[in-house]
Amino acid sequence: MEKMFESFFNQYGFLMVYMVLQATLALSLYLPLTAGQLSLASPGFFALGGYIAAVMSTTVWATNGMFPIPYLLLEMLLGAVASGLLAIVVGVPALRLRGIYLALATIAFVEILRVVSLNLTITGGAVGIFGIPQPFNSSLEYMWVALPLLILCVIFTARLEKSRIGRAFVAIREDELAADAMGVNPTYHKVLAFVIGAMIAGMVGAITAHFLNTWNARQGTFDVSINILAFVLIGGSRMTMGPVVGGMLLTALPELLRPVGDVRLIVNGFLLTLGAVLLPQGLISPRVFKRKKADV
Amino acid sequence: MTALHSSHGSSSHSASSLLSVKNATRRFGGLIAVNEVSFEVTIGEIFGLIGPNGAGKTTMFNLLSGLTPPSSGAIKFEGRSLIGLPPYKIAELGVARTFQNIRLFGNLSALENVKIAQHTHTRAGVLSGVFGAGRAREEEPRVLEKATELLKLVGLNDLAGEQAKNFSYGDQRRLEIARALALEPKLLLLDEPAAGMNPTEKQGLSDFIRMVRDKFSLTIVLIEHHVPLVMGLCDRIAVLNFGQLIALGNPAVVANDPAVIEAYLGGD
Repeated sequence: MEKMFESFFNQYGFLMVYMVLQATLALSLYLPLTAGQLSLASPGFFALGGYIAAVMSTTVWATNGMFPIPYLLLEMLLGAVASGLLAIVVGVPALRLRGIYLALATIAFVEILRVVSLNLTITGGAVGIFGIPQPFNSSLEYMWVALPLLILCVIFTARLEKSRIGRAFVAIREDELAADAMGVNPTYHKVLAFVIGAMIAGMVGAITAHFLNTWNARQGTFDVSINILAFVLIGGSRMTMGPVVGGMLLTALPELLRPVGDVRLIVNGFLLTLGAVLLPQGLISPRVFKRKKADV
Repeated sequence: MTALHSSHGSSSHSASSLLSVKNATRRFGGLIAVNEVSFEVTIGEIFGLIGPNGAGKTTMFNLLSGLTPPSSGAIKFEGRSLIGLPPYKIAELGVARTFQNIRLFGNLSALENVKIAQHTHTRAGVLSGVFGAGRAREEEPRVLEKATELLKLVGLNDLAGEQAKNFSYGDQRRLEIARALALEPKLLLLDEPAAGMNPTEKQGLSDFIRMVRDKFSLTIVLIEHHVPLVMGLCDRIAVLNFGQLIALGNPAVVANDPAVIEAYLGGD
């Protein structure tokens, strides 16, 4: 029995941690969306957080043997702060745009960061940074950091939605003009939602860089934007658990389909399309919880 | 300026003036939606804004609430210029409004709709809200109490948990008024509050508006098409036609004004 568990975790430990990390990343796109802003900038901040962790751990505090966990936490903090500051700089002008134009501007932002990281020496150019020190002995042990981060982010997001600031976000999503006329400053709250999302992406990036042992420009691309968007849309964009479930499911799906063989990517795409058509609100939608909500 | 001599429609500034509009003009390309309109609204007044369709009434409201900036002219609230202020700042100063084409937060419950409008009267930030500590802890019960009280006032307390988009037209109008009152405004702008209400509801509306004015010490400006309602309710009425102010005064005077009769019935 014990052996069975051991082999299961050996085989799937990496996937499980990756599911948790991707679910947290999905929250970074979900947050601006609660304020009605379709931003695809998350991979940019994700990449930034990763580069910060990669550069710090390979140069600034290079260690022999085990990488100390406090340093990892410090890198996450740095990733969050740097991403948050960059998000203010990018968000203030970009969030003047609406809907699809904001999405396009944030795609451009991700592309700019990608090209910059390809050409800087500090980021290792096209090769990237490799041999990033490991704070844990196995992939699975990353769960000690990844899972608490996910849980904290879920609680944070869910509670925020019930608070004054969260109500302002949702009011802007529902009707920006009416929210404005009711005393809600739209620009401030849009930028705030964008910044919080960016900080989450930065923290996930810092962990993921260690977890993957290597970091390069392929981590922050348009493809990643679309993946994260799919997490949110398939999981559900109206409740905190939506992107979390979506992120876990869609990260696991290609692996679960491995037995199908070469057609697995086709099946994967087919399931996504089916999900989008049959459940336009996503897997987790308020309708499921409606009765509960009426009591509140 | 003499205090003894006062007349309706006088443009001179009086001490009890809450809102003053001077030569307000708004052009949309070649169209002049509001043309050199001036009037004053005094504290505690119920002021009617009437006129045929397309006369510029809603544009006037948009100028007052900051949704559309005027092309020229001056708008002052409590002596303070509103020109250039964004809508949320004007709301903070104490100007609340409803919309002709109802703009509730449709996917949210009635209670949440009203809670949102308490935004300017609360200060809790991100962390306080998330941890339910500090300001949020003190504010949230107050916000809930206030929202519940206002829903009771408009008779929608039983539907507090329902999504606003599922409400009947009349209920949506009432909810919009409750939401506007949650801003605790000094000036309330009502854009066609009786539209879509049945005759019984319309009858009750006059009493309701008066009651709200007295209870919250409000000044009210309302746009309305239902003539008996306007005549019975308003202290003074301004009539717009093709963006211009054609009459201003108490209901009896305005109703007999030849220019007003011509605007509504057409003349030769």
